[in-house]
Amino acid sequence: MQKELISLIDISKSFDGELVLDELNLSIHENEFLTLLGPSGCGKTTTLRILGGFVTPDKGRVVFDGQDITSLPPNRRQLNTVFQKYALFTHMNIAENIAFGLKIKNKPQSYIDDKIKYALKLVNLEGYEKRMPDSLSGGQQQRIAIARAIVNEPKVLLLDEPLGALDLKLRQDMQYELIRLKNELGITFIYVTHDQEEALTMSDTIVVMNQGYIQQIGTPETIYNEPENAFVADFIGDSNIIDSLMIEDKLVSVLGAKFACVDTGFGTNKPVDVVIRPEDVELVKPEEGTIQGVVSHLIFKGVHYEMEVMANGFEWLVHSTQMFPVGTEVGIRVNPFNIQIMNKPESEDEEAAAIEG
Amino acid sequence: MKDKKDIRVQKIMNKKLTGQLLSAPYLLWSLIFILVPLGMVFYYGLTDKTGIFTIENVTAIMSAEHAKALWLSIGLSLVSTFICFLLAYPLAMILANMNVNQHSFIVLIFILPMWMNFLLRTLAWQTLLEKTGVINIILQFFHLPALNIINTPAAIILGMVYNFLPFMVLPIYNSLVKIDPNVVNAARDLGANVIQTFFKIIFPLTVPGVISGITMVFVPALTTFVISKLLGGSKILLIGNVIEEEFTQAGNWHLGSGLSIVLMVFIIFNMIISAVFDKNGEGNML
Repeated sequence: MQKELISLIDISKSFDGELVLDELNLSIHENEFLTLLGPSGCGKTTTLRILGGFVTPDKGRVVFDGQDITSLPPNRRQLNTVFQKYALFTHMNIAENIAFGLKIKNKPQSYIDDKIKYALKLVNLEGYEKRMPDSLSGGQQQRIAIARAIVNEPKVLLLDEPLGALDLKLRQDMQYELIRLKNELGITFIYVTHDQEEALTMSDTIVVMNQGYIQQIGTPETIYNEPENAFVADFIGDSNIIDSLMIEDKLVSVLGAKFACVDTGFGTNKPVDVVIRPEDVELVKPEEGTIQGVVSHLIFKGVHYEMEVMANGFEWLVHSTQMFPVGTEVGIRVNPFNIQIMNKPESEDEEAAAIEG
Repeated sequence: MKDKKDIRVQKIMNKKLTGQLLSAPYLLWSLIFILVPLGMVFYYGLTDKTGIFTIENVTAIMSAEHAKALWLSIGLSLVSTFICFLLAYPLAMILANMNVNQHSFIVLIFILPMWMNFLLRTLAWQTLLEKTGVINIILQFFHLPALNIINTPAAIILGMVYNFLPFMVLPIYNSLVKIDPNVVNAARDLGANVIQTFFKIIFPLTVPGVISGITMVFVPALTTFVISKLLGGSKILLIGNVIEEEFTQAGNWHLGSGLSIVLMVFIIFNMIISAVFDKNGEGNML
């Protein structure tokens, strides 16, 4: 792992008496693409604004490169922000927009000119110097906002849902563009989004947040395959979350049927939550399945069929390339590796968070 | 295909026609109360008593007495506009930074006097400023020197600033609240301190509002004759007073109209400047 660059230590913040962040601790490393992911109101944007210096935490410290920057104003921090809806200076042309930060720092004109050229090339908008922001499309404005930030050579780039206002196709293109940019610049990106797909595509590390708490930190693979609680499982992709009983190591009772799994260390006869991704549910002939059910819904989704199977009182969500018409009796089978066991939430807080999410 | 297009064209034409019909009352109104009087001003201004064409009424502005009144009007209007700007900008910023509940109350307090008759408000100032007026009685009570500004240019400026200040505040306020807070944050993020952010970002973005405000204060200030009459006594003649006297006392409509044409040139010039800068219509709220 790279060297630690930023630490948020015990950060709390409330607005109008409402607690938005509660004792948040987070480490961000050099050259990392870190995504803060969560539903609206989870505190992800507040965290970003605390990093940028636009919000002062009520409690806790922000340490950047060994220095406490908690009360440093935004203009004296070595990081730059790409704002939601671009926030370009509409009374200046593109070149002036990009040059803004460098002019404030009294850089020589020749240096500024080179930087403008370099930045426009980096975001594939060469020759746009004299255009006005209003004459550009949303995607182009977003690239200019990125160019305006990176010419200042920040150590960290903060991105606040930068693709939120773009249409789907453009958003996907920009995701690849951002990954390329990050690799070319070799700096840390801290990215805020509520879009789980965006987070999975781009990040090195995902921080899943809900109601001011961090729910899980991990690589996209870990977050998807091994969610630590029901909230994360539910928020990242579709999943079947089922109340179950851990009979012993590597054996779990789900809806009365015994499934083999690979998890150990949960104890014996302990209530747990089981997560099974819909693409991991295999539909087979009734006699071959661990439990039996009846297909109750069928929708064609393009890549796969989405089906719901009623089995032992639970509606199983199933994604399969094989189609089973409504009313078909089927058996359900799950590969032991695809069964994820989670502890039941211990505190009431966690419970509430999981349910509301 | 062609038929369809024809129908569409027909539909658009119908829409246009309905629009024109609906605007008819307004057009009639402007014809009778704007265009006809304007025509009359030009007719009287450019003829003499026998109805023969002349530009003497217009060139009469060159005469010492008229020129003095015009320059005084321009001078006082400029000073008032500038004072309004100095007062209005900070006020508009305070308003723009307030949260919604507070600011609707403050805006109400601020706009409340505007619902009162303009003449009454100015008369009130006359009573306040008089030698034995309310202000002087209070000053006397505290053994402070009396304030003798009634019937001086200072009183006229006071009256102008008081009456026209809201017309400066509102367009500036309008352009301030239109600025995305993140634009200001972006400037700070890129290294600008509070002062740099103001002069490089906030102020330039409010220039259209400022220009609107200047027009909306300068034009009525330039043409007023009520404020100068009530607060300037009969000693200080502004161009508005000169024109008013030509119509009401001297009965010389030709000279009055001629001088009005001169004033109109100034106003149109101001309007053009304003139109060039204020493309988004910051001043349209009023």
